[in-house]
Formats: sequence, C-alpha cells, structure tokens
Amino acid sequence: MNKEVLIRLNGISKAYDGETVLDHIDLEIHDKEFMTLLGPSGCGKTTTLRMIGGFETPDEGDVFFDGKRFNDVPPYQRQVNTVFQRYALFPHLNVFDNIAFGLRIQKRPDAEIKTKVKDMLALVNLKGFERRKVSTLSGGQQQRVAIARALINQPKVLLLDEPLAALDLKLRKDMQNELKNIQHQTGITFIYVTHDQEEALSMSDTVVVMAHGQIQQIGTPTDIYNEPINAFVADFIGESNIVDGIMLDDYRVKLAGHIFDCVDKGFGKNEPVDVVIRPEDVDVVATEKGMLRGLVTAVTFKGVHYEIIVDVKGFKWMIQTTDFVAEGETIGLSIDPDAFHIMKKSEFSGMFGDYSSFSDELEKLSDVTEEIEEE
Amino acid sequence: MKKQSVFERIAAAPYVAWSAMFIIGPLLFVVFFAFTDANGSFTLDNILSLPSYSHTFGISLGFSLIATTICLLIGYPLAYCMSRMSERARNVLTILMMLPMWISLLIRTYSLMALLDNGGLVNGFLTGIGLPKVTFIGTEGAVILGMIYDFLPYMVLPIYTSMTKLDRRYLEAASDLGCNSVQTLFKVVLPLTMPGVISGVTMVFVPSISTFYISQKLGGGVFDLLGDTIERQFQLADTYYIGAAISLVMMILILISLAIMNKFSDGGEDIIV
Amino acid sequence: MKFLSKFYIVIIFLILYAPILVVILFSFNESGSLSNFTGFSLYWYEDLFRNDEALTALKNSLVLAVFSSILATVLGTLAAFSISRAKNKYYRRAMESVSNIPMMNPDIVTGVSMMLLFVGVAQFAKAGSYLGFWTMLIAHTTFNLPYVILSVLPKFRQMDKSLTEAALDLGCTPVQTLFRVELPYIMPGIVSGLMMSFTLSLDDFVISHFVSSPDFKTLPLYIYTQTAHEVKFSMYALCTILIFVILFLLIAVNVAGSMGEHRARKKAGKIMMGGK
Repeated sequence: MNKEVLIRLNGISKAYDGETVLDHIDLEIHDKEFMTLLGPSGCGKTTTLRMIGGFETPDEGDVFFDGKRFNDVPPYQRQVNTVFQRYALFPHLNVFDNIAFGLRIQKRPDAEIKTKVKDMLALVNLKGFERRKVSTLSGGQQQRVAIARALINQPKVLLLDEPLAALDLKLRKDMQNELKNIQHQTGITFIYVTHDQEEALSMSDTVVVMAHGQIQQIGTPTDIYNEPINAFVADFIGESNIVDGIMLDDYRVKLAGHIFDCVDKGFGKNEPVDVVIRPEDVDVVATEKGMLRGLVTAVTFKGVHYEIIVDVKGFKWMIQTTDFVAEGETIGLSIDPDAFHIMKKSEFSGMFGDYSSFSDELEKLSDVTEEIEEE
Repeated sequence: MKKQSVFERIAAAPYVAWSAMFIIGPLLFVVFFAFTDANGSFTLDNILSLPSYSHTFGISLGFSLIATTICLLIGYPLAYCMSRMSERARNVLTILMMLPMWISLLIRTYSLMALLDNGGLVNGFLTGIGLPKVTFIGTEGAVILGMIYDFLPYMVLPIYTSMTKLDRRYLEAASDLGCNSVQTLFKVVLPLTMPGVISGVTMVFVPSISTFYISQKLGGGVFDLLGDTIERQFQLADTYYIGAAISLVMMILILISLAIMNKFSDGGEDIIV
Repeated sequence: MKFLSKFYIVIIFLILYAPILVVILFSFNESGSLSNFTGFSLYWYEDLFRNDEALTALKNSLVLAVFSSILATVLGTLAAFSISRAKNKYYRRAMESVSNIPMMNPDIVTGVSMMLLFVGVAQFAKAGSYLGFWTMLIAHTTFNLPYVILSVLPKFRQMDKSLTEAALDLGCTPVQTLFRVELPYIMPGIVSGLMMSFTLSLDDFVISHFVSSPDFKTLPLYIYTQTAHEVKFSMYALCTILIFVILFLLIAVNVAGSMGEHRARKKAGKIMMGGK
C-alpha cells in the first residue's frame, strides 16, 4: 500500500448545542486506502465523514488535504465525492443525467460525457439503464447510480455514508464485494462509514473504531479483532467474554479463581486488567481435565457449531463448540495461553462481555433501534 | 450546520414587509376605526351601540348554526359513503366535489336563485303539474338552503380527507376486537375523523355567519344578517365606524370559536383543503 | 347497503349540480324564460359580446389575475424558502400564523379591513380617489399569498437536505444548486400555486367588492351589479363561460401537477445543454 498521507485530521472537535460529537480526533488517511469508520450510532463517524466532505466545519482543529489546510474549502471545490446514505439521486433527472451531472457542471464536451457515463454504467453493472427514471429503480440499482455519479468526477477520495444500510442482507453481501472490486479497479481512496462490524472487517484495509466522539482504535481488521485495545472494541467487534483478571506477573494472569499462563507482558505487578477470551478459543473437556468448571445454562444450534452459555462462578461465558453438550450438564473448560488477550482497564470496563442476559433476539432488536436512530 | 446564508435571511423580507402592511395593517385599521368617531377622536360609542344590533347577531348566529348542523348531517354520511367507493370512483367524486368550490359563490347563488325564483324552474314544474306556486325567495328556508348549497363541499372534503387517511387496519382491529359496524363507526371512525369534522364545521360556519350575498339574493332583502349590515355600512352609508366595530366583534367571535374548536381537535394538525 | 350509499351519493351530487346545469342550459335558451326551454340559440352570448362593459370587465379580470398571481407567487415562494430554512422556531410559527390570517378570516372582514386601510391612508394623505386597479392588485395578491405558500412550502420541506449537499458535492456552487436542483424540485409546487392564485383572483367577489371602484370592475363585480335587480340571461351566458374557464384551469392545474415534474426536467436538461 502506498503510504502517502492524503488527508490528515488534526485535533478535530465539534459540538452541537453544547453536546460534544467529536472530541479531539486525530486521523491520517493514506492514498488508495479503504478505510472504514466503525461505531455505534452517535459515535461521531458520520460527522467525521461530513467534515471531510465539507458539509461540517470543525469547531477546533484542522483538516489537511494533500498537505493544505482544507477547513473552509466549500464542498464544490473539494476533490472529494460522496455516496449519500439514502442516495440523494436527483428525482427530476434520469439515470444518465444524474451520472452526467458533475461533468456537466464542469462543462465537459458532450461526446466525453457520453463515453464516460457509458463506462461508469458498465463499471456498476447498469448497462442500458440510461433513460430510466430514478424512481423506477430498485434500492440496489439506485445505490449503483449513486456510486457512478460520485465516481465519474474521478475524485481523489470517495466518501460512503452507510451506503448499504437500506439494502437487504443478500444484496448487501454482493454490493460489499462489488465495492471492493470497484475500489481496486479505480484506485480511489474510499472512506466508508458503517455500524456493521462484519462489513467493516471484510472490506477494509484499515478500520477505525469510534465511540463517544473519540477514536478507540485504528488498525487492520486482524489487529482489531485479535488485539482489541479495550472492552468496548472487544465487545463491538465479534463476540467476546470479557472477564475481570489480575496480572500477577508477566505471562501469568489470574481469573475466575484460577491462574493461567498467557503470552502478554508489560503490566504492573498485580495490576487489575480486562481479559478477553473469544468464544471459539475455549475448549470443552471432561470435568476433571478442565482448568475451569461450569454449568451449561443454554444451548443453541448454529449449524457449524453449538453456541453454549456456561455459568462459571456466576459469570456467564459464551462458548462455541462442535461437541454436543446438554443443558444442565457440568463441563470442564480448557484455554490455551495464546487465547488470552489482556487489556488495560478503561472507561468501558465492566460494561460488556457478560452473557447473562444474552439472546439472539435481543441483539437483533438493538440492531434495529440503532438503524432507526440513524434515520 | 452552517449559518444561514444572506439570501436565506433576506428572501422573506418582501413578504414580511407585505404582510405587515397588508395583513396586519388592515386589522389595526379595523381596531382604529372601531374606536374612533367622525372627528377622529377616541370613542366607545361604536362598540356601545352594538347591542341595538343584537337581533342581527341573533339571526345570523341562528341561520349559520342551523346551516352548519345540516351540512354536517348531510356531509358526514356522504364523506363516509364516498370513502368506501372504489379508488377510481373516489377520484372522480373528489374532483366533482371540488369543482363547485372553485366556481364563484356569486354564480352558484345566482344559479340556485334561477331554480327557486317565482318564475323559476321549480315553480314552472309545480304549475305544470297543476299545483300552486310556492314563494321560496324571501323565506328563512331559502337563505339556509343557500348556505347549505354553497358551503356543503367545504364540509365534505375535509371529513372525506381524514376518512381516506384513516388506516384500514384500525377498522380491522376494531372488528377483530368485537365491534360491529355501527360500534366501529362510533368508537373508532368518528373519533379519528374528528379533526376533519372540526375543520369542516369551521369552513362552513365562518362564511355562513359572514355572508351578505346569499341573504340579498335568496332572502330577497328581508333578512338583515351581519354581513348585510357590514356591507351596507361600507357601501351605502359610508359610515365606517359602526361597520368596523361589527367587523371587530365578529372577528373576535370567530377567533374564540376557532380556539374552542381547536381544543376539541386535540392539537392535531389542521386539515386545509 | 352498497346500493343505498351509491343512491345517496348520486342524489346529493345531483342536487349540487342541478342549479349549475340549469344555468348552463338556459344560457342557450332562445326565449327569456326560466321555466321553459323553447329552443337552442346563442342569442345571449352575442348579446354579451356586444356589450363593451362586459368586455372591459373581462380584460380587467385577466390583467388583475395575471399580475396578482405572478406577484403572489414570487413573494410566496421566497417566503416559503425562508420559512423552510429558518432555524428559529418562533419566527417560523409567526410567519405561518400570519400567512394563515387571510385564509381563516371571513372574506368580508378581509375586504372591509383592506378598505379601511386604503381609506385611512387616503385620509391621512389627504388624497382623493384611491380605489381602483392598485388597491385591487394589493388585495388580490394578499389573499393569494397563503395559497402559494401552502403549495410551495411542503415541496421545500419534502426536499431531502442531502439533495442540496449532493449538488454541492458534485461541484455546483450554491447558486447553481438553486437553479439546477432546488428550483426544478419545487417547480410543481410553484406551478400549482400560480394556477391556484390565478383562479382565485379570477373568481373573487367579496373582497373585490370592497376595494374596487366603479371604474375598475372585474367580471364577478360586473355580474353582481347586473343581477342586482332582475334576472338577465346574458349573465347566464357569462356564468357559463366562467364555469368552463374555471373547469379548464382546474384541469390544467391537475395536469400541471403531474406534468410539472416532466417539464421541469426538460428545462433543467436544456439549461445544462445550453451551459456548455
């Protein structure tokens, strides 16, 4: 990846009516990078995006583009284009005119406009749709038109604000692949906003996890998943058991009354820490061979594996296993040293990682409310 | 968001100036003239002389209340029937109901007169089948009929609009919960279409109580309604002071009744057709 | 039940339309009788068009309707734009309530109050004759304004803010955004506001009755003076003509509603083509 910095955010803060939305954000976006801003609603990800697009001005801090201060450049003078959340296609123009819009503003010759629009329609798989009214298109097709309309101006950066939120699951998966392909083909920097962690992990070069108007962690998808920096990130990305622990010494952590070997070091002696154990990293073994012992309180068949909830001394763990266990059974648990990920205590400690109230429905419900809040 | 642009700020300036001069201004002049005598000095005489018009207030109120009530009794079932027709029929009926609203009141009243006149079609028909002529013009009935005829569409349309907006699922839910159709009408449809009723009542009552043309044409000059009194003060007598006072009182009465009716409508948005 | 409701609808609509149909029918009656249709003739129409006064009134009505509807549309559209963008809740509410006053007030009060304004101002200015075209124009524009705002404001409100942002994003300056995206979007509202104003102005009698003078008569005022004492069949002819004009305008408004979008699109396309 080209490591040239294209956009730099320097200590950006923003508040609406006294409510802080962004709190001293520092961020570097590299050329040709696929970067995703990930976080729950209200975390400030969309505001960050709109600041790069030019629709918001920071209260504090500076935006640099190609090394030049960019704060007061209006949107129409930025080499940045946006794919809006609900597409914002112009209802009075057909597909061709929507895509040609930017070029016409630049007063390009008709012949050039024609070829370019054609190329764009081919790129987004919409050949032959030139004369269609935008209102007759499906959500996925409107999405493609919106992408084509933004890309035709050959921006340095394409901003995408939850572009797939309104599509159904199957279409969303297809579009994820297509977006990734388009990014490869065009070599344009993509900045992508989403609250869907799966989307973020599967598409991005770099993931920026945000919460409470602050950046929690920046890293590759693997980094973010394997080395979450705090309880919030661990919980937001994938499933996690987050357990209170005490770092007795380097490579030795005590949790749930048992002392484990681990691979982490560099903490203070007897420092309280948060310990993340992913559900797939816990082995179910016979009771007598287990490092820990627990009572199975719920079993859900998930196809490839079972998802079981295990009560270990009052703390509910989620464990994914391919072996069948029955509800009410007492089982032993075994964990390898590299399965522990030790994190310093943070403001998020104790808020996440217990599965006592977990259920699939609840999770889905909270997803829905999140989407509604975004509206 | 950004601050408002200069254009956004000044765009309304012409309108603000216009409405200050020609909407607010005239109302201030009504107040001014209502409390002024011919010499231009302050007086309460105009207002105090109003009790001598109590008969006018009385019959105006009576006529318009009767007309409004009958309009409601005719209009509500009509709107209900219309809302149950097929969509195509509904579209046609809506246009047919709107058309008379756009034809001048003057023309419509005049055409009703053509029907009811002594030498008109109805009397022609009556004499044709050997019955005696009936004098319609100059009766209370003719004036009230004129009001109903002229303003019925204003009652029907808002009610009809709120009925078509009514979610079918409420009706299904009501019958699911054991309401028969009459119970559904009274327990679900009526309360939910109340905003339409309120604005329909307003839209019939206000022009009825202030009309002068209907009473001139169909009342044959027998009845002196509020509108007639005001009109005469301004057109013939050229004494604006009493006319202004009556207008002021009428405006206040209407404002009060609007406020009362808005209370009933539960703060729902006004339906304006 | 179904039959009963159909029957009811038919009866009411018959009653509603009977008088209008009678006027239309008898405007073609060759004799001056309201009870007997003796034969078809255009006599009353010829009579009407021989009448200079009627033709002058027609001309006045048209001139007034054109000017007052255009003026109201311009003022009202600007006002709607500003109301839709206003951040201050109280300003917004005040603007909307003021624009509702002429709609809520009975026509006679609007007419009388306007007349008092003109009388009062003339008294202060010691001016002589004051009622005529200008006072009519002011009055008509004033009662048209709320209808323009009512039909344009929702368009501004419905417009997704991101449409404007998308235009800016794609390189439009704010002025270009206004002409290429925002105006085409609200155009159907503007067109229907304009048509509605034109129709209302053509139609108004009560307010005009108070702010006009004998030397500036519109058609409704002319009809009023002509029918003050007797039945005149040439007035039936005039009413018939007016009914059809209004009918035509109403259809035009409805067609404009669906056509407006189409036309606006064509126009926007033309501007774009012309802009190269």
